Amino acid sequence: MSNGRFGIHGGQYIPETLMNAVLELEAAYNRFKDDPDFNRELTYLLNEYAGRPSRLYYAEKMTRDLGGAKIYLKREDLNHTGAHKINNVLGQALLAKKMGKTRLIAETGAGQHGVATATAAALMGMECVVFMGEEDTKRQALNVYRMRLLGAEVVPVTTGTATLKDAVSQAFREWTSRIDDTHYCLGSVMGPHPFPTIVRDFQAVISRETRQQMLEKEGRLPDVVMACVGGGSNAIGSFYHFIPGKSVRLIGCEAAGRGVDTFETAATIATGKLGIFHGMKSYFCQDQYGQIAPVYSISAGLDYPGIGPEHAWLHDTGRAEYVAITDEEAVEAFEYLARTEGIIPAIESAHAVAYARKLAPTMGKDRIIAVTISGRGDKDCAAIARYRGEDISE
Amino acid sequence: MSRIKEAFAHGKAFIPFITCGDPDLETTAACVRECVKNGASLIELGIPFSDPTAEGPVIQGANLRALLGGVTTDQVFDLVRDLRRDVTVPMVFMTYANVVFSYGMDRFLSRAAEAGMNGLILPDVPFEEKEEFAPACRKYGLELVSLIAPTSEGRISEIARAAEGFVYCVSSLGVTGVRSEITTDIGAMVALVRQANPGIPCAVGFGISTPEQARKMASLSDGAIVGSAIIKILAQYGKDAPEHVGAYVKSMTDALKEC
Repeated sequence: MSNGRFGIHGGQYIPETLMNAVLELEAAYNRFKDDPDFNRELTYLLNEYAGRPSRLYYAEKMTRDLGGAKIYLKREDLNHTGAHKINNVLGQALLAKKMGKTRLIAETGAGQHGVATATAAALMGMECVVFMGEEDTKRQALNVYRMRLLGAEVVPVTTGTATLKDAVSQAFREWTSRIDDTHYCLGSVMGPHPFPTIVRDFQAVISRETRQQMLEKEGRLPDVVMACVGGGSNAIGSFYHFIPGKSVRLIGCEAAGRGVDTFETAATIATGKLGIFHGMKSYFCQDQYGQIAPVYSISAGLDYPGIGPEHAWLHDTGRAEYVAITDEEAVEAFEYLARTEGIIPAIESAHAVAYARKLAPTMGKDRIIAVTISGRGDKDCAAIARYRGEDISE
Repeated sequence: MSRIKEAFAHGKAFIPFITCGDPDLETTAACVRECVKNGASLIELGIPFSDPTAEGPVIQGANLRALLGGVTTDQVFDLVRDLRRDVTVPMVFMTYANVVFSYGMDRFLSRAAEAGMNGLILPDVPFEEKEEFAPACRKYGLELVSLIAPTSEGRISEIARAAEGFVYCVSSLGVTGVRSEITTDIGAMVALVRQANPGIPCAVGFGISTPEQARKMASLSDGAIVGSAIIKILAQYGKDAPEHVGAYVKSMTDALKEC
């Protein structure tokens, strides 16, 4: 069995044509990950360009309103480009550059990862092509424009359900046809080894900061850390430095869509089973013959039928819990955070806010919850207005 | 000699690929019989998968049409049992890891063997993951076919040494589909395979559509695999495709007799 396993999950289930490319990527990553110059350069970009460290904000009004645990928000929405995606992209783009690659390709769901990749490509003088499900190009038209403005080519993907999974498939196909000068800048902790590890390491900056900031503000670690989960990159980044201590409850919030008892759901842990897809063994929403299910969520960024292999393993071992949040709950949380704290979260992040609203009142006032706000919600305003029956033009 | 290797024992092998259930299973069965009648040496049967990441638009379309028609893995096993009443050439499945894995590996492989299949090609299972599938394949007497690609380079020897049945030599970068030209040095790839494992046949696939291309690729190896060009005929003629597929296969096998 190959490297890159998290328990039984992970691996490298990809066409032979791509094997040398992922082996080359793994070798380059191992060479640079502890290289002082590489890390100095990356830290400079994260701090000076992306605006890190992101704030850990005490949501006092929300805390008072819910009447239970103290709530802190880890403000990844304040990063440049408006989401946590930039953490990973700056790391991978820098690595790709060191490898002599001149072209970045990426998949995107909500468009946040595509925008981040287009941004890094512009900054580093690289060519950029982003694959996006046609359905998502409609849901997230503003982000399509942003990517084009940044100099990227956006390719609408019309196959399958024309959403995130199809964009990933098409990006893999494109990589198979052009490897020499091209790095596939995968946006989540998924795909074949070494991607789940590389993306996690670049996102781990979230929990490294949360841990330190919490110690500074409260003199102790939080009781609960929660984040939304599609592929799971902001969640694994939020969990990572809390995993070993075992004292902190880790909760991933999946998209239940119209409910886990309907077919219109994207909650992989709740409704999926073990499978092999997109280069990895993990849990996937699928039918009895292994056909990948056409999943659904109001959130384009969580609308994916699988979950990263490390999350599958955290679920197996019980180290992390996974809960499912419906469209309706997420939309209510979206509106709630806007009204209560003056913060408009991404609809993805609103899934985590929704669970915080359920959990905080059940906990004592001496308890602390850290919720990662993975991105900002400007991109979602038109879609949420439509959900509420109001047609606004962007 | 393995059943699959027998397919290469009488000159250059022509290997057609057909997606089961495109547009329906009756048409698939008729097409397979036409292929055999017109000289195909080995048949590659595709079990449709919802997200075939190694395929170009043509075979993606076939997968979609088959699944929309409601084809299941169990029905494909029934198809094979029916074909085995008169079809004697070796047959292998081409599908994706999850189709096998989700069915239950032992359950899938035992049923495939019992129905009369001889081997399995999984384009998303490279050498590194082969051992998850290979022991169970051996247990049921199915040969797990290995692929090599233009990017394999230093990997070819170790892949060839462990190969069973035949080595599937991917002619070009990218996904399946018709190409006007194949620029890879196929001769060099095949030489590396033969050096590492003299007994293993080597067939070239991806991008082959014309008799001229087939003749050229087969002259550099032991056979030619053709998928998208046949699927295009199926997409064009639907239920009337079998006779057209037969005529096409004849043009290809005739071309291979010349090398």
